[in-house]
Amino acid sequence: MSETKFDKIKVGVVDLKSHNLFSIMQAVKNIGYKTSIISGPKELKKNDIVILPGVGSFKYAMKYLNKTGLSHELDNHTLHKKKLLFGICLGMLLLFSKSTEFGDTRGLNFLSGNVKKFKKDTVKVPHVGWNTIKNKNMKLFPEKLTKEKFYFIHSYYCVPRSNNEINTVTNYGKLKFCSSVIKDNIFGTQFHPEKSGIPGLKILKILKNLI
Amino acid sequence: MKNKNFIRIIPKLDIKNGMLIKGINLEGLRVLGDPFNFAKYYYENHADEICYIDNVATLYGTNNLSSFISQTAKNIFIPISVGGGIRNIQDIERIFKAGADKVCINSAVIDNPKFLHQASRIFGSANITVVIEYVKIDNKYFITKSTGRDLVNCNPLNWARKVEQYGAGEIFLTSVNHEGLNNGFDIKTINKISKSVSIPVIAHGGAGSVKHIVDLVKKTNVSGVSISSIIHYDIAHIFKKKKFSLGNLSYLNNIKKNKKTKNFIKLIKKTLAEKGFNVRN
Repeated sequence: MSETKFDKIKVGVVDLKSHNLFSIMQAVKNIGYKTSIISGPKELKKNDIVILPGVGSFKYAMKYLNKTGLSHELDNHTLHKKKLLFGICLGMLLLFSKSTEFGDTRGLNFLSGNVKKFKKDTVKVPHVGWNTIKNKNMKLFPEKLTKEKFYFIHSYYCVPRSNNEINTVTNYGKLKFCSSVIKDNIFGTQFHPEKSGIPGLKILKILKNLI
Repeated sequence: MKNKNFIRIIPKLDIKNGMLIKGINLEGLRVLGDPFNFAKYYYENHADEICYIDNVATLYGTNNLSSFISQTAKNIFIPISVGGGIRNIQDIERIFKAGADKVCINSAVIDNPKFLHQASRIFGSANITVVIEYVKIDNKYFITKSTGRDLVNCNPLNWARKVEQYGAGEIFLTSVNHEGLNNGFDIKTINKISKSVSIPVIAHGGAGSVKHIVDLVKKTNVSGVSISSIIHYDIAHIFKKKKFSLGNLSYLNNIKKNKKTKNFIKLIKKTLAEKGFNVRN
């Protein structure tokens, strides 16, 4: 579908009541996608691509998704309709089975694996700032793009059970963590493409090739 | 040990009544122009983040940054931090809604450290930056409130440890004695504070040359450097109009039009990269 024009593709951004909604909306609009905010299950249905943003707490976000019925509709969108779901930062972590933040919390369970916290002993936590990414399996990102730096701001990272789902890795201190995932129609980045300047906007353009 | 952090270069834009201002030792403010023009220029010239501080908000209990933030977030795709006059959870909500990515808080945390705890639980620690402005008077350290106007009898090092415990995600550290003088950073104190906390520290106050910044990065483990006068004065002439109606007219109307821009941000990064430090360039 990569021939399709951006303005023919409907991108919905889930309003998780977290604060980065505005920035993501602006970045997606800037590319030219037809964008809207998703506040409930009804609004989720009509989209070709759903973006799950999220900054803050895993537990709080899951509670909200379950309460509003959004998690059920996300199942429908992702597992039955096989449409693209893109998670950013916390939104990517939510794609996994569970997190150990404030006790065990179940995630959306589209990818199997766990979410862990960085240990403070050798590195500054949260991991804030620009960092590199390295292609792992998929080569979803053109090699040129992986020479760029991307903006991270997080204290937690994911550990996918299957190595095949790891799209890129990033080094932080001695740790190598998974900085983006891809499995069929499920895609996520730990960094914020909407805050990573021109290279970040290029990642948002790639979404079109994935539908 | 060598500083292995990815060093962020963060332009700080102090705003008063919608205009970019810059003073010395947090006093003697001089108006330079529309802050958005400056922010956009920095974005296009490799800034890693933009920091807006509403300088008089704490003093007057107002908060009028929202429209700027939105205008910036529509055009600038790097993180935007905003501070000045944040008193409560609603203030933070409003600033985030307008498009900011992080908030910077000082006075309200000194008045009530529990507010920081609450804010970091709701919005996530990583998005809450605590501003620590410290001043040294007769060999004794104080922290200050209301952009340097009130002294608080508290050691900045102890305060830094405390705000980390209360949930700060980052510390924005300003040496009031060095601020605006362009004479270099207070490396000794910055190093002590940065090493005693495990959250990132951004140093501010004193950048007058590329060498000052390289020295700071070399001798401390800061995660970033915030700069203001050095870059604002370097590019103010670009936005020179035929005639200014607002601001420090005698200064603005006398800026030389054909001045050559040094483009400090690129220069700083190039130099840091040559010395083997991690930067985004």
